[in-house]
Amino acid sequence: MSDIYEALANIVGKDYVSNQAEERYFYGRDPGLMPPHEPDYVVMPKTTEEVQEIVKLANREKVPVVPKGAGLSLTGLVIPQRGGILLDMKRMDKILEVNEKAGYVIVEGGTTHAALKSHLEKHYPHLRHSVPDSPPIATVVANAVIHGQGRLTQQHGFNSDMVSGLEVVLPTGEVCRIGSCAVSPYWFSKGPPMPDLTGLFLGWFGTTGIITKLGMKLYPCKKFRDAMMFLTDRVDLVPDIMRKLGRTEMMEDIVSSFAPLPLRLKGNFNILVVITGDSEEELEFKRKMAWDTLWEYFESRDGGFLSVPPDMKVPLLAMPSKDTTRFADTSKGGGFEYSGPITPIDKYPEFITKLEELASRYKLFYASSARVIDGAHAMMFSFSYTFNRANPDEMNRAKTALDEAAEFALEEGGVIWKPNINEQQMVMKRMDPNTLKLMTKIKQLLDPNGIMNPGNWEAK
Amino acid sequence: MQNYASQIHRCFRCGYCKFPTDYSSFNCPSYRRFRFDSYSTGGRLWLVYAWLKGEVEWSEHLAEILYACTTCKNCTEQCPMKFAGDIVDWIVGARSDMVEKGKIPPRVARFFEGVYGYGNPLKLLRSDRGAWADGTKIYAPGDEYLLYVGCLGSYDENAQKMAKSLVDVFNAAGVSFGILGNDEECCGNEVYMLGEMGLFQTLVEKNNEKFKELGVKKIVALSPHAYNAMKNNYPALGAVFEVHHYTQLLYQLIEQKKIKPSQNKAKVTYQDPCFLGRYNKIYDEPRQILRSIPGVELVEMERNRKDSFCCGGGSGNFIMDLLAGSEDSPGRVRVREAYETGADTLAVACPSCLTMLTDAIKTEDLDGKLAVKDISQIVKESLPAKK
Repeated sequence: MSDIYEALANIVGKDYVSNQAEERYFYGRDPGLMPPHEPDYVVMPKTTEEVQEIVKLANREKVPVVPKGAGLSLTGLVIPQRGGILLDMKRMDKILEVNEKAGYVIVEGGTTHAALKSHLEKHYPHLRHSVPDSPPIATVVANAVIHGQGRLTQQHGFNSDMVSGLEVVLPTGEVCRIGSCAVSPYWFSKGPPMPDLTGLFLGWFGTTGIITKLGMKLYPCKKFRDAMMFLTDRVDLVPDIMRKLGRTEMMEDIVSSFAPLPLRLKGNFNILVVITGDSEEELEFKRKMAWDTLWEYFESRDGGFLSVPPDMKVPLLAMPSKDTTRFADTSKGGGFEYSGPITPIDKYPEFITKLEELASRYKLFYASSARVIDGAHAMMFSFSYTFNRANPDEMNRAKTALDEAAEFALEEGGVIWKPNINEQQMVMKRMDPNTLKLMTKIKQLLDPNGIMNPGNWEAK
Repeated sequence: MQNYASQIHRCFRCGYCKFPTDYSSFNCPSYRRFRFDSYSTGGRLWLVYAWLKGEVEWSEHLAEILYACTTCKNCTEQCPMKFAGDIVDWIVGARSDMVEKGKIPPRVARFFEGVYGYGNPLKLLRSDRGAWADGTKIYAPGDEYLLYVGCLGSYDENAQKMAKSLVDVFNAAGVSFGILGNDEECCGNEVYMLGEMGLFQTLVEKNNEKFKELGVKKIVALSPHAYNAMKNNYPALGAVFEVHHYTQLLYQLIEQKKIKPSQNKAKVTYQDPCFLGRYNKIYDEPRQILRSIPGVELVEMERNRKDSFCCGGGSGNFIMDLLAGSEDSPGRVRVREAYETGADTLAVACPSCLTMLTDAIKTEDLDGKLAVKDISQIVKESLPAKK
């Protein structure tokens, strides 16, 4: 083992490798509820070449390799289930190119969303990317790898749909370019008109390779943004409301929230609508479109727009959303986790019933936010429960509730987003057997020694 | 200090603490230096909680992770949680527990030995404390201000220059003041931040007693560290004096036209000291002083005011230097940032910043390209020559 440490130190420099108990402890867990498992080494590469050398070493020694961004999935996706080498990618943090005219950016594998947002605001204020609601340290690559969502998901799909090219270190150590960048200096397309090979890496949680560079599409950053809040107490109307808003093709973001607090909003479904415009006129037109679209609910007295004062709009429009993080400390316990199935919007009422039922049965504080995806083709519905880290019983109850929520979501025809290793088994159990065989073949072909983030997407 | 052990589990390790407000870079000095998440605030809090639960054993590495925090308070500014204001207390609380158990890194132990045995962490003779101050008046009852110089101002070559400049400027303005010379004792700010509460209390009691005995009503502190301790910690232990940082008094003197700076052509950028800025919200006076000097062009570094990047010297690290040894050491990062502004002078208002950044200039080979000067030195240079 000390030979591996020395070899890693030779590759990245001794300052950037640790086998000490403290780093192993911290990198062996995430803020969610999955049981910890420690890596043997934590390594922070700086270059693609260093990643290659580490992967070659891991193949020689048959040691697992787990690439990690910020580890914020909450579902333990980068907990090294079988130890080995944990690659903290955040030293690979360069923004390599912004192609203003073609509208894409190329970042290194550990670049944070925060760094990209800040860079664009400073140097390309007319361009933006889809900022997720996760904390700013979340990396662009890890977010794409888990099919994350962001503020532009309503308009443009999952953040992984916005990928425009990849550089990947394969599990056997070769570097491979995916998309237009495989044949061209430009990173404008992740596949078309060629076969789209990004599917070999996105959604695989690092089990098929390590993304060292990623191209991401950029979109116009309109000069004005505004937040509107539609309230209804009828859960059965929420799917139609979200769908109608989505189909206007004019809303930046649509998110329905539901929680027992604050009391003044209890029992209501708060549908946040974010609109943008390059002029006040454009903004006003979109505002009117939202009003016109939902006018029938106003007339039937089933809902209406809440007057949102400017200071309340600030957190609603903030990117990333600090309020999402604050939920963890609602009951001064420092923890929350959510099961987030991707599902047709029509399932919203059933999911809300289940959310409350589980909260009541397991005595948990809860909330849900459902984001409309890609013009209302689907939504991400979160079953979110808080827990106190100093209360193991509450942690167990939260874990049980989330397990049941995941099972329920699958029963209802949803697909679990960023599933933990147990939920992956639930998904694979229901999967078309030939699809599962295909996944297994792909995995074996790419990673013959089974070193990449073992335990994930592993058919039993 | 609250019982940190019952609260520390509340950190979600979200990582906001690593950033400045605009997310443009990493603003936690120890995370910036080491880049392991264990060296971020979230890392520290999770490791301390693990230590309390018995999930990690104490080790020198654990203690160094804890003591590599400069208590710069960037995390407090950025943490979105309601407990944000308590984070430094939690860090200090954990250090205090380690001190009580005798489990601290050797460099921290040497710091305490110095203060305990010599009255200063540099382990230099008490009888030499006032040697810098040749001819400076010793405080006597009736003087309006006691100029509290502090350990670095008394012993460090660069900081001594800062103290001498301030004395000259005060004299030029006709300020009624005196110093304690060899009778001065360590202020204890770093001792507090490093968690040695017994020694801190002893220092405060000694100082308070001396100040009372001399009838001191007003103190002007050279160092923001001393200013912070005297303003925020001393009153609870019986202090009855008012305390100012020297930049506050200097600005007042300029406003009152008791100091009239003349031409001093320089392009200057300013380093907000953590204990002046984030701890005590003094951001404007130092800048106003610089702006009052004809010929001085003040340019800001990208990270400034509450987003300022620590020099790496806080929590005794101006001596212990647990963050040294890398191009990512905070002082080196900061002087590169200062140089990028096109400034020829990096102004500071803190002897710790002066020491750390002066060293970093040499390491970064910026000698002759960027000069680190304290505001008192810049003001002194701008005073009309005596006829």
